[in-house]
Amino acid sequence: MTYAIETVNLEKRYGALAALSGVSLAVREGECFGLLGPNGAGKTTFISIVAGLVRASAGEARVLGADVVREYRRARRLLGVVPQELVFDPFFTVRETLRFQSGYYGLRANDDWIEEVMHHLDLADKADANMRTLSGGMKRRVLVAQALVHKPPVIVLDEPTAGVDVELRQGLWRFVRRLNRDGHTIVLTTHYLEEAEEMCDRIAMLKAGRIVALDSTKNLLATFSGFVLKLRLDRERLPAELGAAVLAQEGTRFTLRLRDLPELEGVLHRLREAGVGIAEFELRPPDLEEVFLRVMERH
Amino acid sequence: MSGFPTLFWKEVLRFWKVMFQTVAAPVLSALLFLVVFAQALEGRAGAPGGATYGEFLAPGLVMMSVLQNAFANSSSSLIQSKITGNIVFVLLPPISHVEFYCAYVLAAVVRGLVVGAGVLAATALFVDLRPVAPLWSLAFALVGAAALGALGLLAGILADKFDQVAAFQNFIVLPLTFLAGVFYSVRTLPGFWQAASHLNPFFYMVDGFRYGFLGVSDFPPLASFAIAAVSLGALTALALALLSSGYKLRG
Repeated sequence: MTYAIETVNLEKRYGALAALSGVSLAVREGECFGLLGPNGAGKTTFISIVAGLVRASAGEARVLGADVVREYRRARRLLGVVPQELVFDPFFTVRETLRFQSGYYGLRANDDWIEEVMHHLDLADKADANMRTLSGGMKRRVLVAQALVHKPPVIVLDEPTAGVDVELRQGLWRFVRRLNRDGHTIVLTTHYLEEAEEMCDRIAMLKAGRIVALDSTKNLLATFSGFVLKLRLDRERLPAELGAAVLAQEGTRFTLRLRDLPELEGVLHRLREAGVGIAEFELRPPDLEEVFLRVMERH
Repeated sequence: MSGFPTLFWKEVLRFWKVMFQTVAAPVLSALLFLVVFAQALEGRAGAPGGATYGEFLAPGLVMMSVLQNAFANSSSSLIQSKITGNIVFVLLPPISHVEFYCAYVLAAVVRGLVVGAGVLAATALFVDLRPVAPLWSLAFALVGAAALGALGLLAGILADKFDQVAAFQNFIVLPLTFLAGVFYSVRTLPGFWQAASHLNPFFYMVDGFRYGFLGVSDFPPLASFAIAAVSLGALTALALALLSSGYKLRG
């Protein structure tokens, strides 16, 4: 079977530091695949190796069967990458930037598609504006457009919504969903776990260069049965016996894991006993954030 | 189709869009050298073959501008792309290391020749230049510009910050071009400095280029051309080896 992206025992070492340690992953054609992990987990290194920006220390990576080193021309034609950094060439306009990018792939009469991409990303009004004059959000759209000029079947987005306002974020995801519906394979990394939960069919979680979880989003959520209790209290300390249930704490905000509803009664009882006041209270089924925290905790 | 023509064209447009800085300024600098030096030294400095000092100096200034600007083009473009991160746009597409090399070096040759032509046109206002073997000059300009374009590419690959490229330019390229016999005939130098000048590959490029204008040179032009071509070959081999390995470009 040919996968959109397939890696076998991918390793990357920088001196003594192992950025990736034997990552084997297969992204199926047509799926929307999420790559999650804390900073420094190896997400960008993984993407960079697949894109040919970084050479692996060991292992193999293929894009739709094309080896990224031996058959780099075919592999790179099949792949569109939206880099994480907001980079641009200050010498050129949006249209020039997209024409150049298209030309780098050997497509020199591609204006119809370039216009269409600009239209879908609401860039048409800015087509002749210099890249320097664009807002951060607009520059991000140009990066997406640059990744699409050669109509790649596999699209990788590395933190595409980092530092982007809500409106643009939603617009961007609508566009990505559309690309996915049209048959493009999407691989994305994001810090916003709710976005991964909403967008991705399957998810891999990376920690310290290793895959620590890989499953469908549905199964990952199902592995965490029970409830999540979010509380805002009048103090930053909980009664000691509740410590084991705490998933996360930010000041007076606590996230607790509950196996079942009767456990809730026990928690509230202990809080009352300790004289702790509850300012906010929320009980709900788990989301990807809790799964993520739990998986990271376990490894 | 290959990405080479687009990358080459982008590199040409990059300097053309800021031509006051990349073309007009070096032409003016060369012209100032001509006016000041020719004024100060006319009649005092010797020139071979019965030429006036101005007729000797002008082709040297043209070639010096060709060399310095070819170096500046590839080195500044690459370091700028590396520092700002937009190098990723040319690393992601299926562009081979040979295409990458050719695009950057050819654009550097274009910049060198454009500035050289500008200096030549400007100096013609002050000096009556009649090239006796223009094809020799053209050949030296092409090979010299390509060699410096390749050297600039190497500097851009090796450097991690602007400061290092500036050091390369100010401590290597500038002294070697100034000491390449642009302002004087090396034959007028004391023995040691004459020998030292012959270790400088830029000397052969300047001397050979000037031969096309004056018909006389300090060194046989064919031998100079061979040395310039070998320099280009060595720099090309080194640049291609670094590009092929991805050194400092592909993590």
